[in-house]
Amino acid sequence: MFQYAVSRILWLVPTLLAMALVTFLVMHATPGSPLDPVAEGANPLSPEAQKNLAEHYGLDKPLPQQFLIFVGKAIRGDFGASFVYKTRTVAEILRETFPISLLLGSMALALAIAGGLTLGILAAVYQNRMWDYVSVTLATFGVAVPNFVLAVFLIILFSFVVPLFPTGGWDSPRDWVLPTVALALAPMGIIARFTRASMLEVIRADYTLTARAKGLGECPVIFKHALKNAFIPVVTLLGPMFAAVGTGSFFVESIFRVPGMGRFFVLSMTGRDYPMIMAVVLTYGAFLAVMNLVVDLLYGVLDPRIRY
Amino acid sequence: MRGTSLWRDAARRLLRNRLAVAGAVVIVLLCLIAIFADFLAPLPYTKPNFGRLNEAPSRDYPLGTDQLGRDLLSRMIYGARVSMLVGLGAQVIVVLIGVPIGALSGYVGGRTDLFLTRFIDVMYAFPRLLFVILVMSMLGAGLVNIFIAIGFTGWVGIARQTRAQVLAIKEKEFVDGARALGAGFGRLLVRHVLPNSLTPIVVSVTFGIPEAIFTEAALSFIGVGINPPTPSWGQMVGEGQQYIRSYWHLCVFPSIAIAITMLSFTFFGDGVRDALDPKLK
Repeated sequence: MFQYAVSRILWLVPTLLAMALVTFLVMHATPGSPLDPVAEGANPLSPEAQKNLAEHYGLDKPLPQQFLIFVGKAIRGDFGASFVYKTRTVAEILRETFPISLLLGSMALALAIAGGLTLGILAAVYQNRMWDYVSVTLATFGVAVPNFVLAVFLIILFSFVVPLFPTGGWDSPRDWVLPTVALALAPMGIIARFTRASMLEVIRADYTLTARAKGLGECPVIFKHALKNAFIPVVTLLGPMFAAVGTGSFFVESIFRVPGMGRFFVLSMTGRDYPMIMAVVLTYGAFLAVMNLVVDLLYGVLDPRIRY
Repeated sequence: MRGTSLWRDAARRLLRNRLAVAGAVVIVLLCLIAIFADFLAPLPYTKPNFGRLNEAPSRDYPLGTDQLGRDLLSRMIYGARVSMLVGLGAQVIVVLIGVPIGALSGYVGGRTDLFLTRFIDVMYAFPRLLFVILVMSMLGAGLVNIFIAIGFTGWVGIARQTRAQVLAIKEKEFVDGARALGAGFGRLLVRHVLPNSLTPIVVSVTFGIPEAIFTEAALSFIGVGINPPTPSWGQMVGEGQQYIRSYWHLCVFPSIAIAITMLSFTFFGDGVRDALDPKLK
C-alpha cells in the first residue's frame, strides 16, 4: 500500500510536466502574438517597442529555455504578469478567482453526492416503481443535457416563470443556488445511475438476505448492509466527477456571471493571455491529478479486498 | 455457421427497447433535416431583416428572429447540419486513430505497449474539454478544425478499450490456431482479433457521437467553435443567453434542440449497450 502510494505520487511529476509541455507547445503554435496590437486593424507597434516587450516578457529566448524558465517559476507559484490585465500578476488573479470556483465546485459536488446517492437508493429500493422512474428520468436528463442548456432552462423556470432566484451575479447566497444546481445535475445523474446499479446488485447478495433472515428491519438492512458495500464502486466515480465539475464551471460561470476561474479562462482564451491560460490549465490539471490520486488511495482504504 | 447471430440477436433486443427506438426515430429525423436543410428552411440563414430584430415567434417567423433579424427557424434547421456532421464525422477520426493504436498496443505488448499506455494515461489525465479548447484556440474556429480537435483528443478512450479487448482475445485458442496455420501479423489482427473485440468499440462510438455534438455546442457556446455566419445551436445559445432577460426565445429554442438531440442519442446508446451485453439477455 505504502509503496503503491509513493509510486503514484512520484508519477504525478512526469504527468504534470507532460501537461505543462503540451500546453506550452500548443500555446506557442497558436497564430497571433501578444505583441500584436490589441485593437483590430491598428498600426503594429514599432520593431523597437516589440523587441523591448519581447525582452521584458522573455519571449525572445529560445523555446526550450522559455519552457524551463516557465516550469521553474511555476513550481514557486509564479506565473508572471497577465498579458491582458497588465497591472496584475496571474497569481493574484488566480488567488482571487480560484476560491470562488472552489466554493461553487464544492457546493455542486456536495449536492451531487447527496442528491445522487438519495436518488440511486430510492430507485433501487423501489425498483420499477414511481420513484425509480422519477430518479432515472432526472439522472438521464442530468447526464445527457449539457449544463449550459440546463442553466438556460433553470433561469427560465426559476427566474422568470417562478421568480425565486436572480439570473446571475455572485453577491449573496441566493445567487449561489442556480449555478450550483446547474453544475451539480450532471455528476448527480452519473452518481444516481451508478448507485442504483450497484445497490441492485448488493440488495440481491447473500449477506443482505442473511441480514433480513436475522429479522433486521428495512432501514438497517439498506443503510448498514447494502449501502456500505454499494458505495465502493461509486467512489471510483469521484475522480471523473471533479473533472466534470471543473470544466463544467467554464459554462456555468459564464452564464451566471460568476467571477470565478472558469469565466476568466474563457476570457483569457480570446485575449490570447498565454500566462493566464497556462496557469489555469495547470491549476486544473494538477488539482484533478491530485484528486484522482486521493480517490484511488481512498478506494484502497475503503475496500479491504484490494491489495496493491 | 457465420458469426452473425450476436448482431441479429442484438438488433432484435434493440427493437424491443421502446426508448431506444424512439431515440433512433428522432436521430433519423434529425439526419433528414440536416440533409434536406436547403429545402426545409423557409429563408436563407444569412438573410437579415433589420426592420424586425429580436422578434418573438409570430406568423412570419415561427420561432422569431435573432439580433440581426434572421429567421431563427431556418438557422435552427441549418444548425442540425453542423451537429450531425460533427457527431458522425468526428467519430470516424476517433476510430481511425484510436482502434489501430489500441490494437497495436495490446497485440504487440512489451515496450511498445508500455510507451503507448503511458502516453494514453497522460492524455487521459488531461481534462478532455480543456484540451479541446486549447487545440481549438491554436487552430482557430471552423468546422474542419473541430473535427481535428475532437478526433485528436477523443481517441484515448477507444484506444484503451480496444487494447483491453485485444489483450483478452489474443490469448484465446482460436488465435493460436490461426497462427499455427501460418496467418501473419496483419491477418491475425484484422481477421481474427479485431472482429471479436468489436462490441465495446461499437458501444463507445455510439456514446462518442453525442459527446462530440456536446463538445461542438460547448466550443461554439464560448466562441471558439463554428465560424459565423454558419449557425450552430451551441453558438445560438451562447449569443442568446446574454439577452435572456429581454429575448427569451433566442436561447430557449436552440437549447431545446440540443436537449432533444442529446437525449435521443443517449437513449439509443443505452439501448445499443444493453442489447450487446450478453449478461442482460
